[in-house]
Amino acid sequence: MIAKPEAITTELRTGRRPALWRRLIANRSGAVGLVLISLFVLTGLLGILGLTPYPPLEQHPRDRLTGPSATYLLGTDLFGRDLASRLMRGGANSLQVAAFSVLLASTVGTLLGIVAGYIGGQVDNVIMRVMDIFFAFPTLLLALLVVVVLGPGLQNTVFAIAVVYTPIFARVARGPVLSLKEMDFVTAARCLGISERRILFRHVLPNTMAPLIVQVSLALSWSLITEAGLSFLGLGTQPPEPSWGLMLSESRSLAETAPWLMLFPGLAIMLGVLGFNLLGDGLRDVLDPRTATRQ
Amino acid sequence: MLRYLVNRIIAFIPTLLGVSILVFLAIRMVPGDQITAMLGTEAGMLTQAQRAALEEYFGLDKPIVEQYFSWLGNALRGNLGYSVRHGEEVTKLILNHFPVTLELAFLSVAIALIIGLPIGIMAAIRHNSLLDLFGRIISMLGLSVPNFLLGTLIIYVLSVVFGILPNSGNYVDFHEDPVLNLQQLIFPAFAMGFSFAASVMRMTRSSMLEVLGDDYVRTARAKGLRERSVVLVHALRNALIPVVTLIGVEIGYLLGGAFIVEQIFSLPGIGRLAVGAISQRNYALIQGVTLFVALNFVVINLVVDVIYAAIDPRISYDRKA
Repeated sequence: MIAKPEAITTELRTGRRPALWRRLIANRSGAVGLVLISLFVLTGLLGILGLTPYPPLEQHPRDRLTGPSATYLLGTDLFGRDLASRLMRGGANSLQVAAFSVLLASTVGTLLGIVAGYIGGQVDNVIMRVMDIFFAFPTLLLALLVVVVLGPGLQNTVFAIAVVYTPIFARVARGPVLSLKEMDFVTAARCLGISERRILFRHVLPNTMAPLIVQVSLALSWSLITEAGLSFLGLGTQPPEPSWGLMLSESRSLAETAPWLMLFPGLAIMLGVLGFNLLGDGLRDVLDPRTATRQ
Repeated sequence: MLRYLVNRIIAFIPTLLGVSILVFLAIRMVPGDQITAMLGTEAGMLTQAQRAALEEYFGLDKPIVEQYFSWLGNALRGNLGYSVRHGEEVTKLILNHFPVTLELAFLSVAIALIIGLPIGIMAAIRHNSLLDLFGRIISMLGLSVPNFLLGTLIIYVLSVVFGILPNSGNYVDFHEDPVLNLQQLIFPAFAMGFSFAASVMRMTRSSMLEVLGDDYVRTARAKGLRERSVVLVHALRNALIPVVTLIGVEIGYLLGGAFIVEQIFSLPGIGRLAVGAISQRNYALIQGVTLFVALNFVVINLVVDVIYAAIDPRISYDRKA
């Protein structure tokens, strides 16, 4: 494919590759992923701000279980609550849980990983052995165990999912540090008398970013699934507050009379997870030249 | 090889101890005292003396370190405590529920391989063809549809469209009625296997693509071997090495119980036992099941590591070699 003239001039002028998001948009998976996620973030934001067609918890007893119509875009549930509004608010809840848990997991995990890799020796051994213990549990079981200890609820769900994904970030961050710390630029920085802390955060950390960014996107998709799963079991978001997983679970007994109650939350979960998966694939293609050639 | 194995097993003991400490402490951290946790509301009817007697009986009046070691000692002897609600030993409950999970896990993996392997191989051979695109779309969908969503949809289609109820709580063992048993398990196994089929497809495709570009494949072609034997005998054998690892890890996950799928399809497996224990706050059972599942998971990961080292000629077991 021939590059556009303006792209070439920018590249010549700055001597750099085009910005990450430009390359991402040019990548098919990345672009579709970005569109899907933007859509969810946008409707989620409207949900948080209360800009939904109806208040998500408002009941309309006369309009129970009505199908999709001009009045209720996606129909109503057993209590006559507007499904579209509940999906928007539920999406906001799910995305918040996913975002905060991944933020927590990636911060703590990355920190532990780079410190372990950089210092090495006993510190590395202790940190990574502790991470191994958390790795010894299947994801959902570990999340369930945390919920058992803390009790269900939005905040605890965030914490439960963060605990599950912290070790993964630690592993992903530690790997590249092991080879980076032996490199010439680190030795050079040390010879210049730069403090170890500064070397670690200013010189080593930025170079581990590529795999971490990909991991963040994938972790967002998993945590969306985990949140939906916990809520499906009644251990995540608590009613009457909506959540996609909970709505899907509640729809099961009404599937015959009101299939839309199952269809729309199901679609929302699928498209949300798909969005983050596609974005992760796109990021991997753009950031990692080795896998890009294989696609 | 033997030395590698011994080293791996030694490295694995601290992890197991850590797991047991974590499981033990997690349950102690739950708010409220253990006696109430064990008996539920009936604990309110206990007199002070009865409560103290129970605490002494269960060793709850001893220091926590001593409690841990006596719990661990019992666990090592296969005694994981007693589920007051079921009126049965935890170990017995787990062993009763495990076969269902085991059968479900193996069926899911079989389904995933039947779907994933051929499509993955074909997609690599016909790289960038329509079939490749189709395979990639299917695998992306597979990775994006959580098993509980697929399970819910399957039940909906079966019951509303076809008027069949897969099983409403009357699970039948394989040795009682194999046909009915498979009928009951095939749909949940599909719900769980589908996303794994997607992973298998992706992994097979990408590792086949890698291997097909290797020199030894070119040599095989240059020798004038038929394309089918180049692909199936020479390329596939090496391309499957990472897939084998994937299968091992997945079996580890699946044996941990299909928490939600077993719930949706009312299958009496480990996952459903665990979820039930959690909603009833049955701590002895939660502790036992968690320990059992984590142990399974660790052991299977160890086995996968060893198998991986054994089948991949590029990995040497001894550092000096």
